[in-house]
Amino acid sequence: MTALLEIQDLQTHFQSDMGTVKAVDGVSYDVEAGETLAVVGESGCGKSVTALSVMRLIPSPPGRIVGGQVLYKGRDLLTLSNEEMRKIRGQEIGMIFQEPMTSLNPVLNIGKQLMEPLTQEMGMTKDQAHDRAVELLTSVEIPDPVRRLTQYPHHFSGGMRQRVMIAMALSGDPSVLIADEPTTALDVTVQAQILELMKQLTKQQGVALVIITHNLGVVARYADRVNVMYAGRVVERSSARSVYGTPRHPYTLGLMKSVPRLDHPPTDDLEQIDGQPPNLAALGAGCSFQERCNFALDKCAEERPELIEVTPAHYSACFVASELGNSPTNPIEVSTS
Amino acid sequence: MTSPSAEPASVSGQEILLDVRNLQMHFPVTSGLVFQRTVGMVKAVDGVSFSIAKGETLGLVGESGCGKTTLGQCILRFHKPTSGEIHYQGEDLTQASGRRLRELRKDIQMVFQDPYSSLNPRMTAGQIIGEPLTIHRLAKGKTEERIAEIMSLVGLSPAMASRYPHEFSGGQRQRIGIGRALAVDPTFLVCDEAVSALDVSIQAQIINLLKDLQRKLGLTYLFIAHDLAVVRHVADRIAVMYLGHIVEIAPRDPIYDEPLHPYTQALLSAVPVPDPEVELTRPHVIITGEVPSPLNPPSGCVFHPRCPIADERCSQVTPELREVRPGHWAACLKV
Repeated sequence: MTALLEIQDLQTHFQSDMGTVKAVDGVSYDVEAGETLAVVGESGCGKSVTALSVMRLIPSPPGRIVGGQVLYKGRDLLTLSNEEMRKIRGQEIGMIFQEPMTSLNPVLNIGKQLMEPLTQEMGMTKDQAHDRAVELLTSVEIPDPVRRLTQYPHHFSGGMRQRVMIAMALSGDPSVLIADEPTTALDVTVQAQILELMKQLTKQQGVALVIITHNLGVVARYADRVNVMYAGRVVERSSARSVYGTPRHPYTLGLMKSVPRLDHPPTDDLEQIDGQPPNLAALGAGCSFQERCNFALDKCAEERPELIEVTPAHYSACFVASELGNSPTNPIEVSTS
Repeated sequence: MTSPSAEPASVSGQEILLDVRNLQMHFPVTSGLVFQRTVGMVKAVDGVSFSIAKGETLGLVGESGCGKTTLGQCILRFHKPTSGEIHYQGEDLTQASGRRLRELRKDIQMVFQDPYSSLNPRMTAGQIIGEPLTIHRLAKGKTEERIAEIMSLVGLSPAMASRYPHEFSGGQRQRIGIGRALAVDPTFLVCDEAVSALDVSIQAQIINLLKDLQRKLGLTYLFIAHDLAVVRHVADRIAVMYLGHIVEIAPRDPIYDEPLHPYTQALLSAVPVPDPEVELTRPHVIITGEVPSPLNPPSGCVFHPRCPIADERCSQVTPELREVRPGHWAACLKV
């Protein structure tokens, strides 16, 4: 169990009219070889910005990585030259985005787009690249790959485009594949196909898979470990079983209870998390969830809880973490005295 | 038993509010710039029948392109259906026009998916909620009071009436959208993916609001959504659509616990449950392929090319919806 990719205290800020938006505010997590790691959270929690920071794809200005380290096999990616970083993207860390339509170039055929990195970056000849491209399309189960290579993105359905994106991301034999909401734009039956395919290919090739998603079901089905993010920070981390079985952060607990369940009939109204996520340009000194938290203590407004190990391999950034989670369906009353 | 085309009445003994009979909505596909020829027909809705009882919520689920949105739009008469009937409180909406149609439209309102694009950015929240009152000439002289009343009803502070949409969060905007629909005191609400664009924690707030409003105001909902877990939470009965057809319709629990149609089974199996322990033991039936084009739908049963149990007969015979168990209808030859 070695950490292949280790993000340490990453901080990415954006300048806006309202001030400095701390989109990523001290995020640390690691990815181990061959595992499937999920990063889960709602819009604006910083899960995508963290991934883009790892790939050094933050548009600057307005964005800037202001602190932290991204260690890949021991090397800090944030200190590499642009040239060195280009070698990392694709050949060491591959990435898949949410929108398969906007991530492909509409005026180039699929073959050109697949073969370009093979010839440019990996020094293959045109024929070698063509054979490899056919092989890649076959591996993502696209029928009739030779003909498909000559076609353009608009000839492909949403699911097929996402298969092409997976083929592209895996073309450089990376050790880590980051998938940012890979199936959010797809229908459920196609979503299941794509996720199964990703899981199967990464397992086969020993690639570590990082799935960034807002979908708690996808996390439960596919992830080994989970990072829950809120307002630019990781608030809880453990194995999927442990996080779902005994959530140790009030936000995670609230999320679990606010999702309607497919597998049992509704009993009553959903429990809701009142209020809204905080303004990232005006974060206070305390815990960023405290305004919406049912368990908040006085000190939560003044002091920010660090992510600490509550039970073995289960981390939470909450002062009452050890009192939570003994009974996930019925949270115990926490005395606020 | 009823004849094949006369369909699933809702739970017996309840007053029927909406009764849709054999509805078809076909859109022509044209070619050529000047002399446009019709080169085909997109059969968005192709022979759909169902009814909704007063006070009930019917969930309408299916994947993109199955016709669920078009069906909702036909009920609101955004389109004039190609054929079929839509009886609303006994009156056929497809025949209504002019002033009568406007009156009927007051009674049937819609909540849209996108809380960003469905609100005019140049109008204040108060103006947006008040506009239907002006159009239908209601609450004359008392518009301000009515707006304040509606805003409190949907959980917004009336003091926010002078703010513009960009000053609200996604969840609050959806509350404005619901308020606009409720301003004219409708009986029936078509909610088209009304919570799909919202984050989980906000989604729960809006679902609870819709359920609460239904209890308070006795509303009837057609709840169109692709998220089967959300639908299980809000609907009393559920209809599953695939490529312009209803393939299964039943009360809530039977459809989730004992789905009959292979498509419903596949759809339910494809949705991951937020519980790793459950996911370990759940069967995962992954169907292959994607939804075919409604321009050229498959022969026989439209689901047969993707169906795990289809045989030769399925490509020739179109299955009718039939009552397999009391109140539980499915359109499959193998059931």
